[in-house]
Amino acid sequence: MQSFLAARLAAAILALAATGTAAQQQVTILTSFPKELTSAYKAAFERANPGMRVEILNKGTSAGVAYLRETRAGDRPDVFWASAPDAFEVLAKDGLLAKFDPAVKGIPDKIGNYPVNDPQGFYRGQALAGYGLMWNTRYLAANKVPAPKEWADLVKPVYFGHLATSSPSRSGTTHLTIETILQAEGWEKGWSQVLQIAGNAVAITERSFGVPDGVSNGQFGIGLVIDFFGLAAKNSGFPVEFAYPSQTAIVPANIALVNGAKNADLGRRFIQFSLSPAGQELLLDPKISRLPVLPETYRKAPAGYPDPYGGKIRAKVNFDSELSESRYFVVSALFDHAITFRHKELVAATRVIHEAAVKLAAKPNAQGQRLLTEARALAFTPVVDETKTRDKGFLALFRETKRDAARQKQMTALEEHWGKQARQNYDKAAALARQAAAAAK
Amino acid sequence: MSAPLAAPGAVAPLNAEAGRWSAGQAAVALAIAAFLLAFLIWPVLTVIRVAVTEPDGSLTLSHFGSFFQLSLMRESFANSLYVAGMTVVLATLIAVPLAYITVRFRFRGAILIQTLGVLPLIMPAFMGAAAMQLLFGRSGSVNQLLGQWFGFTLPIMEGLKGVIFVETLHYFPFILLNLSAALANIDSAMEESAQNLGASGWRLFRRIVFPLALPGYVAGASLVFIKVFDDLGTPLVLNVTNMLAPQAYLRVTSIGIEDPIGYVICFILVGFSIAAMAGSAAFLRGRDFATLQRGAAAAPRRDLRPWQAVLAYGWIVGVLLLVLSPHLGILMLSLSKVWSFTLVPEIWTLDNYSVVFRDSTRMITNTFLYCGLAALLDVVIGTAIAYLVLRTRVPGRQWLDHMATVALAMPGVVLGIGYLRTFRDTEIPFTGEALLGSWLIFVLAYTVRRLPYALRSCNAALQQVHLSLEEAAQNLGASRARAIWRVVVPLMAGGILAGFVTSFITAAVEISETILLTSRESLAPMSYGIYLYMQSIAGRGPGAALGVVAIVMVALGTYLSHRFVAARHAQQFMKGQRP
Repeated sequence: MQSFLAARLAAAILALAATGTAAQQQVTILTSFPKELTSAYKAAFERANPGMRVEILNKGTSAGVAYLRETRAGDRPDVFWASAPDAFEVLAKDGLLAKFDPAVKGIPDKIGNYPVNDPQGFYRGQALAGYGLMWNTRYLAANKVPAPKEWADLVKPVYFGHLATSSPSRSGTTHLTIETILQAEGWEKGWSQVLQIAGNAVAITERSFGVPDGVSNGQFGIGLVIDFFGLAAKNSGFPVEFAYPSQTAIVPANIALVNGAKNADLGRRFIQFSLSPAGQELLLDPKISRLPVLPETYRKAPAGYPDPYGGKIRAKVNFDSELSESRYFVVSALFDHAITFRHKELVAATRVIHEAAVKLAAKPNAQGQRLLTEARALAFTPVVDETKTRDKGFLALFRETKRDAARQKQMTALEEHWGKQARQNYDKAAALARQAAAAAK
Repeated sequence: MSAPLAAPGAVAPLNAEAGRWSAGQAAVALAIAAFLLAFLIWPVLTVIRVAVTEPDGSLTLSHFGSFFQLSLMRESFANSLYVAGMTVVLATLIAVPLAYITVRFRFRGAILIQTLGVLPLIMPAFMGAAAMQLLFGRSGSVNQLLGQWFGFTLPIMEGLKGVIFVETLHYFPFILLNLSAALANIDSAMEESAQNLGASGWRLFRRIVFPLALPGYVAGASLVFIKVFDDLGTPLVLNVTNMLAPQAYLRVTSIGIEDPIGYVICFILVGFSIAAMAGSAAFLRGRDFATLQRGAAAAPRRDLRPWQAVLAYGWIVGVLLLVLSPHLGILMLSLSKVWSFTLVPEIWTLDNYSVVFRDSTRMITNTFLYCGLAALLDVVIGTAIAYLVLRTRVPGRQWLDHMATVALAMPGVVLGIGYLRTFRDTEIPFTGEALLGSWLIFVLAYTVRRLPYALRSCNAALQQVHLSLEEAAQNLGASRARAIWRVVVPLMAGGILAGFVTSFITAAVEISETILLTSRESLAPMSYGIYLYMQSIAGRGPGAALGVVAIVMVALGTYLSHRFVAARHAQQFMKGQRP
């Protein structure tokens, strides 16, 4: 028995060792995209290029960046393929991407104001993504909640305890959503909206995928998501709907050749394929449901398919990527310290504010109304004002992550200040709202 | 064969007064130390030195000051302690009666319970938590039923409560496994004497049985505490961020891999785990738990009185229902196409399984290869360390124990990054293949990371083997190595097997390190596949199906290994009866 096991084990080891050395005509794709999408591309590319093998290496975007940084040149995967443009920026700055111009025709330079391809040539837009709202129709029916249309709808008391969103520090797509709201409404008003939405939220999920997943299975009623999450779930049979609010932005999801790749030639070939008409058409698969970057592909799309080029999505916001980039870390850190880590207090304050508003509506009272306005102002005003976000020195503090002790101290004091301030504001707002409710009696 | 008698020096190390050790022991200790230094300490140091250095490389303690200045960190610290402590209390309440009933009473299905008790461990924490959301979450089946029938819901999955609930059901087997092994090893004569002297029931348990099984309990409880203290997956799935491990992870992955506070947290996690281990060792020190006669096979099992049987079965069925609920959730998920806001899935299908068997058989064999080898290495090293620490006087032997224990507290992300950094240019001797591109890296990573589990079990097992049994063997002419091989190891078999099983199944569900170290999908183990499939927007069915396959296979393995040990015990017992 034992020798039999040993023999099996040895055979398995040999078999594995043999496959380890055999792979030559193989292109390795490092991606954060779901399996439906990657296996469709793998199958199509291998069919179009007999004798070549596609090896998919699936990691979350931030883990993918860490992996590329820690792998030695020559052993790296060939292609990096993910949504968040900032991950590509980081990689380009670290010298981990190689310039490559696949020279494909028909792809426009810009979508709205946003460049489809990296102006420096390090990465290319491979698909487009818009941000919107996804909801579970059964959940909304069961809880008698109307379907939302705009971001601004989500601040209404009727949505309290039914929303979910991720955090911009965790998910590049959520960052774009928040930044879209901030750019559409302006810093103060935008944050006020974000804080009220977060106050209505039942969870700030750790991964962007947590939101569509929770909406699909009915844990959450409504989620702020990237379009293909909503569309693919709907096409897979889940009782969900997706809609673009009028203030949405369309930005590209990207693909890039890795500097120091093992098989750069095959990598180029894969990128070229992904941008070709055949590669773009794969995006229309119901289980993938992404927006192609090549306009002509939309002619093959099923009726009702959103077309960012055809005016079916009204993207009112001209996304300013430079502004977004300049305050990227401030927005992420502020969101985490004022919302993610203080979510309990924010929700508690929001709850009593809603309750007080109901009571005051039934029994109007000037004193109570004044208190409630004060409570709202306290709870829903960002702890950092806009002038600060234009301060170069302030922004530089966030940009540099390799900090010495003195800078780290400065940073820590700031984080502590934000967190404490936010908590005090929420607690005080809750107290004021309680007084307002009492005044209505 | 008469040499040991003529040369008493050979047994001298057994004598507590002597300060000598043999060269062979020192060589084994050195080899283990070298292994741990290369594959644990060094990779970890390359990462966590960030916590105590300036970017220019000079040393500083200022980052620790920064850490304690943040009220968020102080709150997270308190929350982590609270959750870990509460989980130990609740896990004890579940595990102690289960262990006692199954080991001490004639009871149908005891082996079933032992096997089922292991089941929670073979599910990646994030998968268990996801399944429990479907059943106990705010729109889960239970709350839908409660809402329809009684008009209220139980927010049992919200916040810290939810973490404690999930962790308790996930980790109580650590106590169950270790405590059962310890109970089975207690000399039945002790219990019988106590009974003859008139003790029974609760008193017998409290005064005799439990104190004798204490090493097993403490080993299990300290493991639960540490595991919960550093667990990342469960809080993240439940969206709880204000705890230490999630804070470390969030900082390292979002602020940046160079963020010092994240590494200060890692530092604190490591320190705390070592303190918890040292604390449990200090607590046990100076007490004698060893019993002379080993009674595993011969231990008399008592019959349950009718009212006891009702209580016991009631308790067991209740606990089993709770424990099996995540499995039930995963099973339903694996058979469903769409499950949304209904009590059970509305569209059933077997497609998910065909997807898994079409695409992922390689992952299944990979898991068995990596985790099997890792667990094997773990029990070999674990037994060696336990023996060196408890039975020899090799200088610095305690440090082997401490070093191995550090792995417990290492967040997988840190060790994963440490491996990528340290072995970037390392090639495997003779083949010239990059170590990081080979499957060996998984075996090494799992061995190091799961060694503490095996070590705790081996330690507890060895503590219960009385020194005089080994001395007797040596006095009868066996060499020391032979005495270990023929007497000590067989007597430790239950504990070693428990260690193997725990190492194997926890390695099989390791995820954070696995994601970082996977360089090709063809090398990936099942845990990676489950993670990948569970991220699918078209439904998590295939991920659940792969999870069910994992559960069934590991459960089968555990069951068979229990049978194997039981059979061997019986065999030895028969041999002993022969004239």
